[in-house]
Amino acid sequence: MELSAKKDQGVVVMSVKGRMDAVTAPEFEKGFDPYISGGDRKFVADLAGLEYISSAGLRSILSTAKKIKAVNGQIVFASLSGMVKEVFDISGFGSMFEIYPTVNEAVAKL
Amino acid sequence: MAQTVRLSRPATLDSLPELIGFILDEARAGGFPPERLSGLELAAEEALVNVASYAYPAGPGMVSVECRSEGGMFRLDIRDQGQPFDPTRAHAPDLSQDVEERGVGGLGVFFIKRFMDQVSYRREDQSNILSLEARLASP
Repeated sequence: MELSAKKDQGVVVMSVKGRMDAVTAPEFEKGFDPYISGGDRKFVADLAGLEYISSAGLRSILSTAKKIKAVNGQIVFASLSGMVKEVFDISGFGSMFEIYPTVNEAVAKL
Repeated sequence: MAQTVRLSRPATLDSLPELIGFILDEARAGGFPPERLSGLELAAEEALVNVASYAYPAGPGMVSVECRSEGGMFRLDIRDQGQPFDPTRAHAPDLSQDVEERGVGGLGVFFIKRFMDQVSYRREDQSNILSLEARLASP
């Protein structure tokens, strides 16, 4: 899994590439930590480059979301496709989180 | 004639990439529909993570995977010699909770049942055997 972050209008856009499986998923949560402790509160997870996710990936997303919520921050998701979208939908994550078709729309809503 | 192939590795997360790669290679060779491979991969990962996490609380053990394509079905048997555990009897997760309440316990087994056509468990010769089956032709 590859993570890359950029800031857009005060929003941290974290782009995730590759796979979030039992081996790689903890990297997701670690990637957000410096931004949360640095005071950032608005996040978009851009999942356009994410090809695969398992329950370990969902666990990492959930624990990241709980951390962000605990500091009154917000995380939304953008650009889900293929099996990632399907896994979000059937697990209930698709209705638990705000999901937008594009990063631009997600940033505009925060 | 259908052939059964088998791979045994230590039941740890480190073994996952090799075991899953092996399963997917066998599935492709057996004519598994490409568009459903990620569902098979997900089911296999969830089942193997369960074994790596819970089967051997007292120390390291082995897990083996066995693949067979026959009669229009792809069959994956996952076998360990750990403590008895029947994942098919695990409770379904509550999918309606919000971020604070929500956990992800139970989702792995939920995904296995969702992405495979048949899931069965048996305890035999001091082993847990979880069989996952999927139709080779798309419905």
